[in-house]
Amino acid sequence: MSSSASATSRLSVMSMAASLPSVGGYSSAASSIYAKRNTTNILERHLNKTRGAEVSVNAFAFLFSEMLQYTQKRVNGIQDLERKLNELGYRVGIRALDLLVWRDKNSKRETRVLGMLYFIHTTVWKTMFGKQADSLEKSTENEDEYMISDNDPMVSKFISIPKDVSQLNCGAFMAGIVEAIMDGCQFPSRVTAHTVPIEGFPLRTTILIKLDREVLEREEQLK
Amino acid sequence: MNATHSSSSSGGSGIGSGPLGYGNAPTCYFVMIGTKDNPIYEAEFIAVNTARSSSGGATIPEAKKEEFRHLNQFIAHSALDMVEDIQWSTNQMYLKSIDKFNERFISAYLTAGNIKLLLLHDAKSEDAIRNFFNDCYELYIKTLLNPFYEPNSIISSAAFDTKVRLSAKRYL
Repeated sequence: MSSSASATSRLSVMSMAASLPSVGGYSSAASSIYAKRNTTNILERHLNKTRGAEVSVNAFAFLFSEMLQYTQKRVNGIQDLERKLNELGYRVGIRALDLLVWRDKNSKRETRVLGMLYFIHTTVWKTMFGKQADSLEKSTENEDEYMISDNDPMVSKFISIPKDVSQLNCGAFMAGIVEAIMDGCQFPSRVTAHTVPIEGFPLRTTILIKLDREVLEREEQLK
Repeated sequence: MNATHSSSSSGGSGIGSGPLGYGNAPTCYFVMIGTKDNPIYEAEFIAVNTARSSSGGATIPEAKKEEFRHLNQFIAHSALDMVEDIQWSTNQMYLKSIDKFNERFISAYLTAGNIKLLLLHDAKSEDAIRNFFNDCYELYIKTLLNPFYEPNSIISSAAFDTKVRLSAKRYL
């Protein structure tokens, strides 16, 4: 068992060392698919390997549209569809949380609400969408509501919404991501997405984060 | 590492100086606990150096080992309360030694996703444990990134187990 483990680790070192030339020669590797197979275990890959990697908007838009079509066939009603999108975003969010905290700050976790929201506003948005979110606001009416706005959300950019489902907001996916991050850090909250178009930004989406009461009580104690 | 376990070199008896007849087994018990207080992964590490120095064969009969295992789980469980107390007072992940049971110390590490890594150990250097925890956290994130891995479920991958033991051998 131990010899095979060391064999795979040697293989991963070699594959990483050879990664530079092999990227260029990828087409030749694809043609000889049985001769050169990358059998690196997920546990062998370094977490920072894809740190600066970018995915094209086209690829993401295609994937997202497929996700929408998939869920559309399996739900009845707009609320259900938004809930399903929320769940999909949730799965992304929990993984993003640990990964981003590890990559970014490396051994510091957030314990205050504002710090957490700031982390989402800058780091998470930057990694996911390439830019920071456009604003982070605290609601004046309710103590427990915060809003993060994005003027041009990538998820809604290429989705055209027909008239009969006009209330659908694809920002539910982003809301799911945020909800997972808040939940993971022990700030349970209800997160929803709303479209609030303003001058020049018809697709502007606001993510409303409503914190649970226990979070507020804890904040009070920590002050 | 050998200096603190002078009684184990007397071999055979298995009943050491601990008040519960615990024995001075130089084992470390490592457990990862999910967000619902469910264990995701557990492992016991036996310090290799002292095992080699003891006089051949098992120094502790199997029955006693089973008792220790249940006790380990109890100890870890009770340490969870301490973790939750300290959790909000610091934004560090490595919570050092949070509890003590008989002669054993319990160190904790809290991940960003609120997974608790607990290690029951005898006196060890903090740095070694910190490195071990960091290694395990990395392995956990890699496991988590697998889309087929349901968060908060048991990690049953043999490769993960191998890597954790490798890391334990290196640092502990």
